[in-house]
Amino acid sequence: MRILSLAGRRLAASIPTLFLILIGVFLLLQLAPGDTVDAMMAQMGGGDAATARELRRFYGLDVSVPVQLANYLWRLVRLDLGFSAIYGKPVAAVILERLPPTLLLMTSALSFAFFFGLVLGVIAARGVNRWPDTLISTVGLIFYATPSFWFGLMAIVVFSIYLQWLPAGGFEDIGVVRTGIWRVLDIASHLVLPSLTLGLIFLAIYLRIMRASMLEVLNLDFVRTARAKGLDETRIITRHVLRNALLPMVTLIGLQAGTMLGGSVVVETVFSLPGLGRLAYESVVQRDLNTLLGIVFVSALLVILVNFITDLLYARLDPRITAES
Amino acid sequence: MGPVKRYFRSPAAVLGLVLLLIVIGMALSAGYFYPRDPLALAGRPLIWPFANPRFLLGTDNSGRDIAAQIFHGARISLLIGGVATLIAVTIGVMVGALAGFYGGWIDNVLMRITEAFQTLPNFVLLLVLVAVFGSTLTTVTIAVGIVAWPAPARLTRAEFLSLRSREFVQAGRTLGMRDTQLMLREILPNALPPVIVYAGVVMAVAILLESALAFLRLSDANVASWGNLIGLGRDVLRVQWYVSAIPGVAILITVLAVSLVGQGLNDALNPRLKQR
Repeated sequence: MRILSLAGRRLAASIPTLFLILIGVFLLLQLAPGDTVDAMMAQMGGGDAATARELRRFYGLDVSVPVQLANYLWRLVRLDLGFSAIYGKPVAAVILERLPPTLLLMTSALSFAFFFGLVLGVIAARGVNRWPDTLISTVGLIFYATPSFWFGLMAIVVFSIYLQWLPAGGFEDIGVVRTGIWRVLDIASHLVLPSLTLGLIFLAIYLRIMRASMLEVLNLDFVRTARAKGLDETRIITRHVLRNALLPMVTLIGLQAGTMLGGSVVVETVFSLPGLGRLAYESVVQRDLNTLLGIVFVSALLVILVNFITDLLYARLDPRITAES
Repeated sequence: MGPVKRYFRSPAAVLGLVLLLIVIGMALSAGYFYPRDPLALAGRPLIWPFANPRFLLGTDNSGRDIAAQIFHGARISLLIGGVATLIAVTIGVMVGALAGFYGGWIDNVLMRITEAFQTLPNFVLLLVLVAVFGSTLTTVTIAVGIVAWPAPARLTRAEFLSLRSREFVQAGRTLGMRDTQLMLREILPNALPPVIVYAGVVMAVAILLESALAFLRLSDANVASWGNLIGLGRDVLRVQWYVSAIPGVAILITVLAVSLVGQGLNDALNPRLKQR
């Protein structure tokens, strides 16, 4: 229970941050050349000033900026994100439609990066300064320097065009109707390359942190005690070292949540996945500022949520954190 | 052993320096080897690399010399990366110095703002900035700088927090130095080294952010940028994959060089950390 109240307090502290972001971005978007009505008029092929005035009144754009901001925040409290003129639907509905692919992509990329980062980090730390360590660290550095969109394109060339093992893009096969397990497998095969692409940079970061954190914990007294007790090396690593070395890794999940969401903009565009990131890109190109603001809100919310979950995990891994508060 | 000697003892740091010098050399010699406009029509479109000695790295979809674009792209990448890093570090140092030196409500307000910037995914903020201010070379560079400042700010704040109550600062205070003097003349020189080392990471991120933006065709289309070329090559990816592949390698090498040099500087200046 104490864990929950501690994490809950941090969650409450992030609400002002959320409002700060929304007010900032809202005011920023006021500086944008042209508003939603201009974009709509352009799409309709032009129209007279009377129609534009009528539309502005309908969308509440005819009042002063502070009033618009107050209206927006008031609607937000009631979870109304406004109306997307481009998609002809409420912004909340548009975003909700696009959320599942992004969440799936982020979860699978994170699991991939976390798991392999952990394993490779442990292997590198066990053979520190010998060839496995050098090899793993070098590969990690190269992954870190690779632009993710370029890696995605090259993966498409190799695995989709030459080998033809995996689909080059999309969320699922539209040509064939699949149900149940076949649909799941189909979506999974579409997500393999995007997850690898998005996860690669994080794999490099996780393995570097895991290696450093393993090296630090391996030198601590309780590890020497465990060795003196005569425990075998595998048991020491899995039962004693790993749990303590995991703490920085968990912190990193929270810190990198925003970066990962940002990275999904690029990866979803490369693989034409109908996700939140691609929606962000499309709304910039189409000047759908209402949707863009909605995405800002939802992505900040997601980052705060991930941090809440890492707080819980953190307290679970290290009981001292709750005891100290 | 001095820091310079320590730097050259690490093979990775030396490799990074060599790669960085090569990229800088490419940027400097671009005008000499390829005096023509790199975005001008040069020959038949889609010539493969090494197929024609006139175009060593081939030509892209619209018949422009890829090698020329790579050389001139080095200028753009280093320019955007360098200036954006300068902007990010300047904002970060100012915010971090004020927050760390004064503490109290100033610290509270500034850290709230920093937190807000860190909660919003940086690429989403970049998209918003580009949507509002357009995508010319100047606006993109400033936007990347604005997105990247929170990390240097936190670093500077931590340094200022630990330095502000040291004896030499208190001595300065008793001598009657003003706050700005204390901050700029006494604390800043001591707080700066770790921030400058961290600038390597900021620059790597800045180059990657700009290339991603250019790939999405949201950066300046009128300059020869590596990201632009990768985006163009995407249209002919199926057969002429080299159009995208070559500039990607250039980005990889540049980012690798910048991070290796940053890491090498870090190890050379803080030798005790290295031994862990």
